[in-house]
Amino acid sequence: MGGYGDIQMIDENGVRVDGRKAGDLRPIEIELGVVPVADGSASMRWGTNYVIAAVYGPMEAHPRKIQRQERAVLDVRYNMAPFSTTDRFRPGFNRRSREISKVTADALESVVQLELFPRSKIRVEIEVICAEAGTRCVGLTAASLALADAGIPMSDMVVSVASGKVNDVVVCDLNKEEDNYGEADLPMGILPNSGELVFLQMDGDLSPAEFQEAWDYNMAAAMNVHEIMKEAIAKKYGGES
Amino acid sequence: MSDSGASDGRTSAASGSLVIPGDKISSDTGGQIGHGVMKKDGSLIATKLGYLVEKGGEFSVSPIHTTYFPRPGDLVIGYIEGMRANIWFIDLNAPFNAILPMSLAPMKVEYGATRDAMNVGTTILCRVQEVDESHSSVVTMKGMGLRKVNSGFVDTIPPHLVGKVASGANSIINQIKDSSNCRIILGANGRIWVDGDSNGIRVVRDALSFVRENEHSTDLNGDVAKYLVNGNGE
Repeated sequence: MGGYGDIQMIDENGVRVDGRKAGDLRPIEIELGVVPVADGSASMRWGTNYVIAAVYGPMEAHPRKIQRQERAVLDVRYNMAPFSTTDRFRPGFNRRSREISKVTADALESVVQLELFPRSKIRVEIEVICAEAGTRCVGLTAASLALADAGIPMSDMVVSVASGKVNDVVVCDLNKEEDNYGEADLPMGILPNSGELVFLQMDGDLSPAEFQEAWDYNMAAAMNVHEIMKEAIAKKYGGES
Repeated sequence: MSDSGASDGRTSAASGSLVIPGDKISSDTGGQIGHGVMKKDGSLIATKLGYLVEKGGEFSVSPIHTTYFPRPGDLVIGYIEGMRANIWFIDLNAPFNAILPMSLAPMKVEYGATRDAMNVGTTILCRVQEVDESHSSVVTMKGMGLRKVNSGFVDTIPPHLVGKVASGANSIINQIKDSSNCRIILGANGRIWVDGDSNGIRVVRDALSFVRENEHSTDLNGDVAKYLVNGNGE
């Protein structure tokens, strides 16, 4: 975090390196049903990020030792493709992907009605095809869409957005440069209908006032992303959502 | 933290509209709720992606995707997926395989000879006998018409469409039977066995494809009737 020379990532007019204002989101495109063999799937382009999420199940949980008698288990696997970054990303599970898989599963367990499917497993695959910054947020949001597409009952959708601090200014939805050279990063998972929080991580330092500002940016951005999600679903399945 | 972002002022969804999980359907008036709906903080909330249905004040969601869960008494079409010395494991298009004990098979089977009687891949017509709370189910082939299926082919429709396709005097399945002159058995798990001549089977496949594509039509029976007259020229 920080300490990378005097890179000016936000000018005196408050314009960021990619031309956005502090509270602006990167462009977002969503498509549902992109993996026909899956029970539900969604792809999400968020800036340069491109993530595909696919859901399989509910199915019998194997190995049997992972079965829970009273509810289903969510088996989430987040993976970055080797070609998703400028440097080749070593394929396979690593500490980072394990951590993101776990926090994504924890966030989704807050909304998925797992008690309806005892002894079952719901498999969620998140594949990052192109990574810019905030892939865990895009992965979590895409996974929530894929679960809805698969007909898995949920109490709400999950929208994940990250805000952070760059050159002492709090900005919404960090891009790659801001993520790499900024001072702090605050990804959050939000339930857009209730405003509840199901996931929060923080990297770097934010003062209470900065934290509140980042929180407000994330909450407002989550509502915008939720509207985009609804439009994408309506486009796929017709009608007005 | 502030509560910014909570959207309490959202309007309720209208019947027939597309809803997604978390959408507010209406205020909770204490009435019955149907499939895909939950009560939360004095409101009715959609839990599934689908179309809102209101019938006699009861809200439910007609889902876009569903999974079949066996219920006792369901007539289903299953595939043998494995066996042990005295039971078969049956794929019912559900999250869990059902079991078919040797004692409920339609023929006499010696202990250890289950494979000789019905091998992996065999299609069977069976009935769900019991289901426990953890979704373990037992099927039986003792009963009228329950048997191995040796001819025809099996097509599928989403399980939530079975009721829509089978209901009414002029049901969709009856219309398709009349147009195709095929023998058709509709399983509660969404599998449909069809047997007849190749032209009839083509009519059935096309009609089922039409049903899948137009499942959310308000008058699916009428649309299928028109399709069978105009679409195939039968």
